[in-house]
Amino acid sequence: MEYPQAVPLKYAINPDVCLKLTKDKCGTCETVCPADAIDYTMTEEVLTITAGSIILAPGFKPFDPSKFDNYQYANFANVVTSMEFERILSATGPTMGHVTTFPKLPAQPKKKKDKLLAQKRKDPKKIAWFQCVGSRDVNKCDNPYCSSVCCMYAVKEAIIAKEHAGKDLDCAIFFMDMRTPGKEFEKYYETAKHKHGINFIRSRVHSVTEDPETGDLLIQYVDEMGQIVKDTYDMIVLSVGLEISRETRDLAKKLDIDLTESGFAKTASFEPVTTSRDGIYVSGVFNNPKDIPESVLDASAAASAAGDALAEVRNTLTKEFPAVPETNVVGDRPNIGVFICDCGSNIAGVVDCPNVTEYAATLPYVTVAEETTYACSQDAQDKMVEIIKEKGLNRIVVAACTPKTHEPLFQETLKNAGLNKYLFEMTNIRNHNSWVHKNNPDIATDKAKDLVRMAVAKAALAQPLKEEKINVNASVMVVGGGLAGMTAARSLASQGYETHIIEKKDCLGGEALKLWKTAQGENVQQELDALIKEITSNDKIVVHTNTTLEGVDGFVGNFTSQLKTNGKTTALEHGVAVLATGAKALEPTEYSFGKDDRILRTLDLDRMFKENDPKLDTVQSAVFIQCVGSREPQRPYCSRVCCTHSVDNAIALKEKNPETDVFILYRDIRTYGERELLYKEAREKGVIFIRYDVENKPEVVVEKESLKITLTDHVLNKPVTIHADLLTLAAALVPRKDERLANFFKVPLNDEGFFVEKHAKLGPAEFATDGVFIAGSAHYPKPVNEAITQGRAAASRALTLLAKKDSLFTSGTIASVDVEKCSACGVCVSICPYNAPSFMAEGRFAGRADVNAVLCKGCGLCVASCRSGAIHLRGFDTNQILSQIFALDEVS
Amino acid sequence: MESKKTGSVVVIGGGISGMLSALDLANSGFYVYLVEKGPSIGGVMAQLDKTFPTNDCAM
Repeated sequence: MEYPQAVPLKYAINPDVCLKLTKDKCGTCETVCPADAIDYTMTEEVLTITAGSIILAPGFKPFDPSKFDNYQYANFANVVTSMEFERILSATGPTMGHVTTFPKLPAQPKKKKDKLLAQKRKDPKKIAWFQCVGSRDVNKCDNPYCSSVCCMYAVKEAIIAKEHAGKDLDCAIFFMDMRTPGKEFEKYYETAKHKHGINFIRSRVHSVTEDPETGDLLIQYVDEMGQIVKDTYDMIVLSVGLEISRETRDLAKKLDIDLTESGFAKTASFEPVTTSRDGIYVSGVFNNPKDIPESVLDASAAASAAGDALAEVRNTLTKEFPAVPETNVVGDRPNIGVFICDCGSNIAGVVDCPNVTEYAATLPYVTVAEETTYACSQDAQDKMVEIIKEKGLNRIVVAACTPKTHEPLFQETLKNAGLNKYLFEMTNIRNHNSWVHKNNPDIATDKAKDLVRMAVAKAALAQPLKEEKINVNASVMVVGGGLAGMTAARSLASQGYETHIIEKKDCLGGEALKLWKTAQGENVQQELDALIKEITSNDKIVVHTNTTLEGVDGFVGNFTSQLKTNGKTTALEHGVAVLATGAKALEPTEYSFGKDDRILRTLDLDRMFKENDPKLDTVQSAVFIQCVGSREPQRPYCSRVCCTHSVDNAIALKEKNPETDVFILYRDIRTYGERELLYKEAREKGVIFIRYDVENKPEVVVEKESLKITLTDHVLNKPVTIHADLLTLAAALVPRKDERLANFFKVPLNDEGFFVEKHAKLGPAEFATDGVFIAGSAHYPKPVNEAITQGRAAASRALTLLAKKDSLFTSGTIASVDVEKCSACGVCVSICPYNAPSFMAEGRFAGRADVNAVLCKGCGLCVASCRSGAIHLRGFDTNQILSQIFALDEVS
Repeated sequence: MESKKTGSVVVIGGGISGMLSALDLANSGFYVYLVEKGPSIGGVMAQLDKTFPTNDCAM
């Protein structure tokens, strides 16, 4: 078993080290396994599968720093990798989340000695992180790219380490450029610096030595002022990069797909999840180094690309489980079955489960009480169905782990036995009991009995609940006709759904119309033209140009939007919506922008390149200033695209004329992933990079013959002056901050005005509002390939909803109004965050409240606020809760 | 001659991105084979403690 949360949570034999398999000795596990699950004779089987598409998501392997002799990872116990440190921080890791140093072990440790040494473990006072180990390095290893995630995970590990070990822990991060170009990343970095007091030191540490007595680690580095500094740390974490394994490269070779030199799958910016071979798609880190939300976007995008290619054979191979007819139990005497789970030794190791089971059998209405080793295992589930049918049970209680993860599984089992899934009650005797009271088994057993008694009392009153069917309108509205919006529309149309694109301008294309080329060198206008042609010629797509959105009514599956085109308003009915309204470049207010036509923004320079402006041939000295309006107090985020864009344009200027002096004035160069290769190329071509501090920005003076730019050089620590005839400002990308649109769909905007997605990690292409999806720079600034990926991802997420057309139901646990008691006060109507309650317009009870089952999320706010006691939360009714409380009062 | 397409997809790798690809495809009408070389799915993310920038538990 790899770690305690592995899925499935089963032991597996490692055939490389198993004595039985390698030397035919031992065999102990077979004799001790009570389930007879060990079978040494199993061999590898070769299966042949026929499939329409393949998605490659083989992931990465953390870089192995053993070969770096300067960091001595292989020899010093307290030089660890970031992955190892991640396990040290984990509550289920080897130190149970306690941050400790590791004592030096003798070459051949003996048990007793181990113990003695273990006592010498100490809580570290100082920990250092070394960035870019196995990334951005072609001297000691062959990984020229940036691994994209290490800066952020190092900041996170330092923050969490301080949380675990106390605020006095001294954390230092040694870095080259701090790369935090993701959503909310810059703020996280600022918080780490100012609130958590983490030291950020811009330096690459030369080497580490160890004090043989104390095990302390001595380091030596050159600080920003050029001084040699010596320091001592208790622990050093190497922020290792992401690498593509040999195995993955071999797989790629077998599949005949092209890789980049560093081993990542080659993809084009406009088809960012499609490999060089038809029908094979790629997702995750194998498609360039990336973090979790980007991997999640890739996942959905790859699903969308693979699905689009197979659109005509969709639903041909899926299988449906035959539904078991539901038994009517209304009015029947409760007949309760209680299942007590041992969870292996997780529960049974502390709680006396046979005793609890025996006790459960004595409770009112309980006819069956059973103990199981793992209630969630397939055989236990099958047995449960059998018992329900045999004994005619009509309420089920499971005392096991958390309903958060396992309630749906047991509810499924109830359905298979013909019971309504709400005739079920789960009580947590593991997380809330055996885990927290493991030193008090007697008390834990008593508490388990209390919990079971309460659950039985509630279950006895459970009623079958109905889930309302939601009808899904099979058409889609995409707001915004830029790259992301068009990509989403194209994918949904190819799956057969009528899609409407709403564009306020008179043409499609959005901000991409202003771009010259992508970071991979593709001509944006050519590709964009092709995409626009595809969209306009697709008879499933209706493009509404010069159109604005004036209002939205309804809910998932049933939206009605008011569109205004040239003064005329029409209504559009649709089932889902994709918001892709993009971002735009900031109008800078500094560096003399607007006062001289030699001072441009990045997109203006792009236009000159696009038009092949002859002025570019005469440029003798060009300067780029980065972070214009980004990473500042009023805009505390990184615009993500500007570093790569300026570096790329700098290279283009050098290619036009190698004699041109090109300077990039930057704060941190953030060419993440394989974009780092461009940074390297720029330096090789002679582009000069000068770093400046935000407190000490460059000064621009417009003079007749040239632009005079002055700043302090960070190497010389002296002012330098550059005379330029072209100054490009890398202006921030700013969101449209469309509060009206956000209001229409009840979706949130963050402080800067970008839309807030459902979940920062796992729901980056959708909103918390059901049926509304997000793509492109309206979510966060992103380059062409990432906007397209998110467009595809939004389409894929929308498709999973549209595909459920006939099986989309509300939850059964929703509020309902007893109209007889309702006093029409309106508190529920005003308090509900989802607009579910409303006053009935007609009928006998007109004016009193009614709850829309589709909009209700079952949060219970209205129930608690109803002064007449007229609102009930089905499945959590007052009598159920009270009977649970009264049951607690009884003594077992 | 154009051969007939098959309505199934093979996903290689059971990490966060492989699992979610598989789920999206299965939920939109395709039969999915999820292939993982190790004994459990979850990949690297399942071994992480917390995730940036929200410090949510990775599990």
